[in-house]
Amino acid sequence: MAARSLLTRKTLATVLRRDSTALGAQAAAHSRGLHTFTLPDLNYDYGALEPAISGEIMEIHHKKHHQTYVTNYNKALEQLHDALPKGDASTIVKLQSAIKFNGGGHINHSIFWKNLAPHREGGGEPPKGSLGWAIDEHFGSFEKLVQKVNAEGAALQGSGWVWLGLDKEFKKLVVETTANQDPLITKGPGLVPLLGIDVWEHAYYLQYKNVRPDYLNNIWKVINWKYASEVYEKESS
Amino acid sequence: MLLPLPSTTTPTSSPFLSHHPNGLKSSSISGASKLSNKERRFIRKLGLAKISATFELKPPPYPLNALEPIMSQETLEYHWGKHHRTYVENLNKQIVGTDLDGLSLEEVIVNSYNRGDLLPAFNNAAQVWNHDFFWESMKPRGGGEKPSEDLLKLIDRDFGSFEGFVNEFKTAAQTQFGSGWVWFAYKDSRLDVGNAVNPLRSDEDKKLVVVKSPNAVNPLIWGYYYPLLTIDVWEHAYYIDFQSRRPDYISMFMDKLVSWEVVNSRFEKAKAVVEQMEREDERKRKLEEQRFTTDEAPANAIFPDTDAAAE
Repeated sequence: MAARSLLTRKTLATVLRRDSTALGAQAAAHSRGLHTFTLPDLNYDYGALEPAISGEIMEIHHKKHHQTYVTNYNKALEQLHDALPKGDASTIVKLQSAIKFNGGGHINHSIFWKNLAPHREGGGEPPKGSLGWAIDEHFGSFEKLVQKVNAEGAALQGSGWVWLGLDKEFKKLVVETTANQDPLITKGPGLVPLLGIDVWEHAYYLQYKNVRPDYLNNIWKVINWKYASEVYEKESS
Repeated sequence: MLLPLPSTTTPTSSPFLSHHPNGLKSSSISGASKLSNKERRFIRKLGLAKISATFELKPPPYPLNALEPIMSQETLEYHWGKHHRTYVENLNKQIVGTDLDGLSLEEVIVNSYNRGDLLPAFNNAAQVWNHDFFWESMKPRGGGEKPSEDLLKLIDRDFGSFEGFVNEFKTAAQTQFGSGWVWFAYKDSRLDVGNAVNPLRSDEDKKLVVVKSPNAVNPLIWGYYYPLLTIDVWEHAYYIDFQSRRPDYISMFMDKLVSWEVVNSRFEKAKAVVEQMEREDERKRKLEEQRFTTDEAPANAIFPDTDAAAE
């Protein structure tokens, strides 16, 4: 990580793009052929989402929280890699919860960073095109979708995520919540995440303290609907 | 959201406890029979008529800055003054006029847990209880290795050593995936089923355990767990002081905050309750036996030889 901080954001992005896939999966030069994961870079500076989300929150969230999920996910995968050929059934089972939690944390945060964009780069501009139409059709209006997401996000007990997803099976948009770091896929195999909002306290506490509804109200000012629209168009065609 | 309820008008020096503008106290309302009709109508108009049993926000047993520098006053101001307060206020709103109204906090928790099919009041009720228990689990300049001799003996038996216990507690707190609590508890040997009693109980079955619980869940709903110590691992418990460094928070809690005096006294109480229940079981068992021998006497008479041999 020390070497990484010497690189500028742009150089780092170039370096990473060369050998990483969408979620930062890396064909590591690992003698055992195990794929490990790396922390994806952000497309904006930590402070670029202010005042909706403070730079301090973004930096800790990305550099500490997301990094820890990546580290522990890789650790669990390595242990799994060792246990599988040995047929060590109890270790394999024991690792499931760490894989789900840390792997889920990596998947969810990787989507979350793309769901955000600074205001001057189009963050907060409501979706146009086919996703905009679909939102009107399924929720009545964009405002009603926002209300529904805010209500479900505020009501979620403890830590978790609130999602706007595409249900590919029934060809409709859904609002769902997941507990802790469960990815949306745990709520149904046909669900594709378009937008995920982190409602763990670490996502807002330094700025909003106990007032989660204010965080939810403000985050819409930096939501990157271009990304959600692209996913929607790709997945619904 | 910060509308003070009459229940929270406990006289206290705390700046967080506000007094009801009308000066009404729960005692004056519960004594409703002494009120004139006019007064009753006034109270009903205020929407206060059904406040027959409301819960209070109990202040921690020390000033809000007393746990500095480990747990800052700012953390306590939010954690107790906002989070804990909101649980109390929402609970009171939720139970007014329901079947849960008038029950003790523990009864509300167990009833609203509803065998896993949670009623809306459960989260608030359990969180009120959990926080009361958490504040009492700490004290200024606490921590260290100070379990009583009796408790230490059992810790050695069940965790190998005090260090073994501390490690297990810390690991559990570190690996609670999400919001929740970790408990150090004394567990009775009863089966977790109503009326079920382990038929071959021994003292070895009564043991100390470390358990994790998600969100608001606490050991009261499992039955026969007697919690001795808890740590809150919701991020709001440590985020202002430690941010993402949960392991540091857990270590500091164990080293500098745990009130072993309180843990020891909870342990003594737990043992006393369990012993009393055992005596009660023994008494019932003897009664059953007596009734059995009396009831079955004629049947035994069919085998006079057996009886004779037994004598």
